[in-house]
Amino acid sequence: MKIHEYQARQIFRDYGIPVPDSVLCYTVSEVEKAARDMNRMVVVKAQVLVGGRGKAGGVKLARTVEDAVAAGKQILGMDIKGFKVEKVLVADAVNISKEFYVGLINDRNTKSITLMASAEGGVEIEEVARETPEKIIKFSINPLTGLLDYQARNVALQLFGDIKLANKAASIFTKLYKLFVETDATLAEINPLVLTPENEVLAIDGKMNFDDNALYRQPKILAMREPDEDELQEIAAHEKGLSYIKLDGNIGCMVNGAGLAMATMDMIKLYGGSPANFLDIGGSSNPQKVIDAMNILLGDKNVKAVMINIFGGITRCDDVAKGLLKALEVLMTDIPIVVRLSGTNAAEGLAILKETGLPTVSSMSEAAKKAIELSKR
Amino acid sequence: MSILVNKDTKLVVQGITGRDGKFHTGLMNKYGTNIVAGVSPGKEGETVEGVPVFNSVENAVKATGANTSIIFVPAAYAADAILEASEAGIALVIAISEGVPVQDMIRVTPILKQNGTLLIGPNCPGLITPGQSLVGILPAMIFKEGNIGFISRSGTLTYEVVNLLTLNDFGQTTCVGIGGDPVAGLYFIDLLERFENDPETIAVVLIGEIGGDAEEQAAQFIAEKMTKPVVAFIAGQTAPPGKRMGHAGAIISSGSGTAAEKIAAFNRAGVPVAKEPAEIPELLRKKLAELK
Repeated sequence: MKIHEYQARQIFRDYGIPVPDSVLCYTVSEVEKAARDMNRMVVVKAQVLVGGRGKAGGVKLARTVEDAVAAGKQILGMDIKGFKVEKVLVADAVNISKEFYVGLINDRNTKSITLMASAEGGVEIEEVARETPEKIIKFSINPLTGLLDYQARNVALQLFGDIKLANKAASIFTKLYKLFVETDATLAEINPLVLTPENEVLAIDGKMNFDDNALYRQPKILAMREPDEDELQEIAAHEKGLSYIKLDGNIGCMVNGAGLAMATMDMIKLYGGSPANFLDIGGSSNPQKVIDAMNILLGDKNVKAVMINIFGGITRCDDVAKGLLKALEVLMTDIPIVVRLSGTNAAEGLAILKETGLPTVSSMSEAAKKAIELSKR
Repeated sequence: MSILVNKDTKLVVQGITGRDGKFHTGLMNKYGTNIVAGVSPGKEGETVEGVPVFNSVENAVKATGANTSIIFVPAAYAADAILEASEAGIALVIAISEGVPVQDMIRVTPILKQNGTLLIGPNCPGLITPGQSLVGILPAMIFKEGNIGFISRSGTLTYEVVNLLTLNDFGQTTCVGIGGDPVAGLYFIDLLERFENDPETIAVVLIGEIGGDAEEQAAQFIAEKMTKPVVAFIAGQTAPPGKRMGHAGAIISSGSGTAAEKIAAFNRAGVPVAKEPAEIPELLRKKLAELK
C-alpha cells in the first residue's frame, strides 16, 4: 500500500523527525490562504501516488503569494502519468546547502531491513544505484538489536563529515527505523534529507510503502489508504478472496494460482492476443468465487472472450464447473468462454460443463489459441 | 536418493486441528508420509486422522522424535509457529501459511540461522519426494518417481509443469515449491546446490517469476558451480511494472525484476528458457541428449 507525501510527512512528524511546515490544499483559494499565512517562499507540490512529479511539472517554487496561486492553478487538475492531481501541498521552502538521500527497505537478499544513504540526494536513487553504486552506503540491520545509535552515527559521519551534524542525522535514521518497524513499512525514504545554511538537518520529501499482508495489525496506516479507481476494483476483489489486476487487453482470464495466472497472460500474448486482466481465484473450492470472478470479468467492457484455466490441486475442477454453471445462469452473457480443466476432478468438471456447450480444451496452449480466435469474431 | 524429505522423514503437523491442517494430514497420510504427531494447543490427547495431537512442538518431539514440521496456522501466528518448531529442535520447517508479514520473516531469520533450522516458505505448496514423502498440499497424482529435480516459486504452475514432465516420462527425485514471498527460507541456490550433490538427480527444472533477483543469482550459480543441466521458465513476461501479481514477491519495481532480465541471465548461463510450459519437456530432452 502506498501513501501520499503529505501523509508520510505526518508520520515523520509523529516520530520526531524534523519536517518543514506545510498545508494540504484542495483548491486555489486554499493555496492562496496557505501561502499568505506562511508569509515566505513556499513550494507547491502535487500529491499523487506516482514518482517523477518534479519532472512532470508537478512541483513549483513560489516566491510570492501570486506565484503560489499561479502554481496552484497550474498543478491542481493536471495529469501526471495518468493520475489526476486533486490536492497539493504548500510547504515552507527552506534554504538548502546540500541534499542527501536516506531510505530503509526490506532487502530480499540479506533477509533484513537495509539502511541506504547517499550524499547524492534529491535525484532518483535508482539512477544513482545504476550509474554510481559506490555512492550509496548500504547497511544491513540485525533485527534482533535494531539500528543501534553508533551504527546510525557511523553511516551519518560518512555523509556529513562533521560529528555535530552527523549526530542530528543519526537521530533521524534511528527514528526512521523505529517508524519503519512499527508501521510494517516496506519502504521509507527521505529524499532529499537537507542540510540548511543554519546547519539544520530536515526531511523535505518523503515516500512510504507498506506491507499489504500486515495491514490487519496497522489500523492507522489502513485509514490513510486513498485508492484510485483501479485499486478500488482490486480491493473489492480482494475482499471476495480474489486477486485481480486490470490490464488493457480484451481477453479476460480466470485462473487458480498466481504463477499460473501470470503464465496464462504470457501465453495469450505469445499467441498474439492481449490479456484484459490478472485474476487468481486462489486455492479454495468455493463456487461463489467463480461467480464473483465472472462478474468482474464481464464487468470489463473491453473483454471480448474469457479464458478459464484451472489446474486442480486443492481447487476441485467440479466445484469450478458448478460455480461457472451458476454464474452463467445469473449473468446471461454473449461473451464466448473457453474452459480448460486439468487435475483434481477434471473429468467430473468437464461432465458438468457438457450440457452448456462451452468449448473445453485440455491444454493451456490450446485454450489460449481458442480464446484469441473467439475474441476476434 | 532425493533431497530434504524421504522415508526417514518424521513429520509433525502444526495446526493439525484446523480445516486445512486436518484435510492435508489425511492426504499426506494416504500418500504414505510418516506423520508422527500433530500440534494444537489445548488439544493434547486427541487424535486427528489417527495422528496423536500435542500441546506443543516440544512435547511432540519428545514423544515421537519428529524431525520435520509443516505449518498450517493462520498467517498472523506463522512466525511464532516457525520459531516454536526451531526451538524444539526441528531440522526442517515447511510453512504453508499465506500472507505472513515480511517483517515477521525478517525477525525469524537470524534465529533459524542460529539454531541451524532449514525453512521452506512461507506461502508455498511444500515439497514431495515421489514414492516416499509428501510434505505439502501438492496433488500427489501428478508426480512420478524419477531423476529430475524441480524447484518453483509458484504453486499451480508447478502442477502444470510437473504434469507435463510426468506425461513425457520425466519422473522426479524431489519437487520443491519455495513460495512467492519476498523474504522466504531456502531459495533457488540452496536447492540447486542440493540437487547438484544428489547422485540420483540428473537435471533440474526451475520455474521462476518476476520480482527480485533470485533467478539472476541462480543463473550465476549454475554457470559457476553446476555440472547438471538446468531448464527454466519465467512467469510474468507480460506483467506491468508496479503491480503486485498475487504473490507478495511478484512485482516489478523501478524497472528491475523483469522477466526479460531473468531470461537474459539464464541464457548467458547456458540455461534454455521455455517460451511456454509445453516446451519444457522438449528442452529437457535436448539438454540430456547433449550429455550423451
